Amino acid sequence: MSTDRRRVVVTGIGVVAPGSVGREAFWDMITAGRTATRRITFFDPSRFRSQVAAEVDFHPRQLGLSAQEVHRNDRFVQFAMVAADEAVADSGLRLGVGDAPDAPEPERVGVTLGSAVGATMRLEDEYVNVSDAGRHWLVDPRYGSRFLHQALVPSCGATELAVRFRAQGPATVVSTGCTSGIDAVGYGSQLIEDGDADVVIAGASDAPISPISMACFDTIRATTDNNADPEHASKPFDARRNGFVMGEGAAVMVLEELEHAQRRGAEIYCEVTGYANRCNAFHMTGLRPDGVEMAEALDQALAQGRIDGDEVGYVNAHGSGTKQNDRHETAAVKLSLGQAAYKVPMSSLKSMVGHSLGAIGSIEIAATALAVQRQVVPPTANYEVPDPECDLDYVPKTAREHKVDVAVSVGSGFGGFQSAIVLAKPDRRAS
Amino acid sequence: MTELARSRSDLVTEPTVISEEGVVTEVTGPARETAPTGRAIIPDRRGRTTRLLVTGLGVVAPSGVGVEEHWQSLLRGELRVGPIEGFDTSKYGVSLAGQVRDFDPDRFVAPQLKVQTDRWTWMSLAAATLAAEDAGYVPPEEAYATSVFLAAGSGGNEFSQHEIQGLWAKGPRSVGAYQSIAWFYAASTGQVSIRDGYKGPSGVVVSEGAGGLDSFGWARRVVRRGTPAVLVGGTEAGICPYALLCQVTSGRLSTAARPEDAYKPFDRRANGHVIGEGGAILLVEEADAARARGARHVWGEVVGYAATHDAHHHEDAAPDATQYARAIRISLADAGVTPEDVDLVVADGAGVPELDALEAQALTAVFGERGVPVTAPSSWTGRLMAGGSALNVATALLAMRDGVVPATGNVDEPVEEYGLDLVRQNRESDLDVVVVLARGFGGFNSSLVLRRAHEETP
Repeated sequence: MSTDRRRVVVTGIGVVAPGSVGREAFWDMITAGRTATRRITFFDPSRFRSQVAAEVDFHPRQLGLSAQEVHRNDRFVQFAMVAADEAVADSGLRLGVGDAPDAPEPERVGVTLGSAVGATMRLEDEYVNVSDAGRHWLVDPRYGSRFLHQALVPSCGATELAVRFRAQGPATVVSTGCTSGIDAVGYGSQLIEDGDADVVIAGASDAPISPISMACFDTIRATTDNNADPEHASKPFDARRNGFVMGEGAAVMVLEELEHAQRRGAEIYCEVTGYANRCNAFHMTGLRPDGVEMAEALDQALAQGRIDGDEVGYVNAHGSGTKQNDRHETAAVKLSLGQAAYKVPMSSLKSMVGHSLGAIGSIEIAATALAVQRQVVPPTANYEVPDPECDLDYVPKTAREHKVDVAVSVGSGFGGFQSAIVLAKPDRRAS
Repeated sequence: MTELARSRSDLVTEPTVISEEGVVTEVTGPARETAPTGRAIIPDRRGRTTRLLVTGLGVVAPSGVGVEEHWQSLLRGELRVGPIEGFDTSKYGVSLAGQVRDFDPDRFVAPQLKVQTDRWTWMSLAAATLAAEDAGYVPPEEAYATSVFLAAGSGGNEFSQHEIQGLWAKGPRSVGAYQSIAWFYAASTGQVSIRDGYKGPSGVVVSEGAGGLDSFGWARRVVRRGTPAVLVGGTEAGICPYALLCQVTSGRLSTAARPEDAYKPFDRRANGHVIGEGGAILLVEEADAARARGARHVWGEVVGYAATHDAHHHEDAAPDATQYARAIRISLADAGVTPEDVDLVVADGAGVPELDALEAQALTAVFGERGVPVTAPSSWTGRLMAGGSALNVATALLAMRDGVVPATGNVDEPVEEYGLDLVRQNRESDLDVVVVLARGFGGFNSSLVLRRAHEETP
């Protein structure tokens, strides 16, 4: 085993996804190809162009949050807390439970939480009250929550996790738009690689199904108007797709230094062997069709683990279901993997759980880690009519048993961010 | 500030020989100082070492637009906190802020881009331009060689308030096409990357007031992994009704009506801080790369960094300064310096008695009673959240260049029990190692160690 760098493994996973709260429910849902997209229930969407979303049926009190935790925190923080609780329990690490003799040193535990839009839902809800539904520019403080500073600055999410698990190492919120969820796990891995932490609670959360978020994507027609058939509204890579379906949720991973995990006999899902991101420096929302920058990120992430393109057994796509994304991404994967791109299964979770902005990157990493562990790749739901410009194997509708020694997850976001992360079977190198 | 090389031709005639480890092993040419010893060597992933130099500063702050404007304002001791202009603050209990009064966005932002972006992003675009100009940085042909790694605090506040207002008052169709790209926390980083053609690994960190320092930490990870130049720092613009209301709920803002009564860090009458807008963006470069391109000058070297979290409570201050002191200690060890080597601490200076006491506790724990001069220059400008800690790095580098410690503003009666050597008058001092500290609401503690660059002379 090479000892020239500290290696990072995933030892815990927690998921709060539309249609499935909890890791195993999530895995069952995505491998069954079920969709969680529906007509919006959080508010009356009839005045909006896009009226569908993938909502989480979320009952935070039943999931262990206290009344005050719910009261002071936006939904995105609540999601993160629930997902982190599950991930930490899954890891078997005794974090935040007093001075257990086998607990990791609090000072060696970090937090990297991704979120694209933070507490946007609470900020809007509160704004409605303090402005009397937009009537007053000079908002009335008497109608506002006393926790608005936490809503304004999303680092409160990292604080809640740090306090919850007594993580006294480096903590931050990572907010790179729709790649936040990959970047947060990538940064967390780098903290461990560089020796700044032994354990990092890393993941992402977003809860953007609110009128302002729906309205701002309506106006640029980024979201779909497939309102008549909400269950089949998200159609990544399908010729009929016409925009993404908004989603929400969270996923949190426990990242751990390999030897730290081995010493305590932890179950290891996978190793994080590489992570890279690049900017396209092109346009805030537009993508050049050639996919060069995403391919560069993928190349770099693979190179860090000395992995060749033909070793990749699964590509977890960004697959948002916009025409430009699907073509951009298909081109990027071909550019990076070469001929191997045509043989590797590549699927989009967004067909089932929608696009939860910053959170989805971590939800996709959770699914990818499970795919590596279980040697099953989830499908792209709703995929029926091929687009001639998207000519890869998108795993239509049905999950597939497949040899996955190495998997990659890629993401692309507003601002031009392109990210890639590589997960591998923990014993891959030993064999 | 020492000049690295005036031009490429200087580099050719006066070569500076750098070993594989990035340490000066041989220096030729006239009047060069000897290589410093004890420098921290950061091994990168290939076992080589990386040195980070700050080669460009861009400041947009209440104290001025431009690095010298800012510095002269501090040296003159101008309190740039005043009544909030632009809206009636009588409902909010807080009426003061540090505003950037002489900021002309049209000088920096094209009209088409201006309508797509919030004031926060205008300030980032301006500061990024000023930093690149100061560094003489021409984006290299290799677009992946430059990264943008900014801190954000509260996003595109005023832009967003307008759009949400329109949505609720008039309906979804009143929301403009740019809300989706103007409000979110990555907007400024994305816009700088796009405008200036920087494609390197880029990102956005949010850790409230500590973010400006944390961006240096992440920049270092990027540089260690092979990207030679990174724009770091950040700006903030939260002076509109809704963002002000949000910040008031932190319970940490002064409600004083007169600027001189308001933000008074380490003073007996400390009663909260004043918010402010603006910040700083800095260019950091890997030393060999800076030299290879003929960088105009070196402001200083980033030699140490660490961050911890109190992990105590979602809003209450920690019961003691253990984690804050630990961040300082790790950053010093990272820099390979001892507390005795430190010539100045630029403090967070929260201006809240409980938080001031904790910072004093951390400082005396690490440096001893009155063991190091301490200044809190934010007192002149207000606290600019993510932008403020970045601005304090710029201030520290200016202090090193001129050998002058700028005084802490607005202090009448320092709390003697804190045991600090609080700098209250500008103080001449040879500054070799300076520590910059920052905290973020909720328990973020960050510490950055800077060292004056010695090896290069004009």
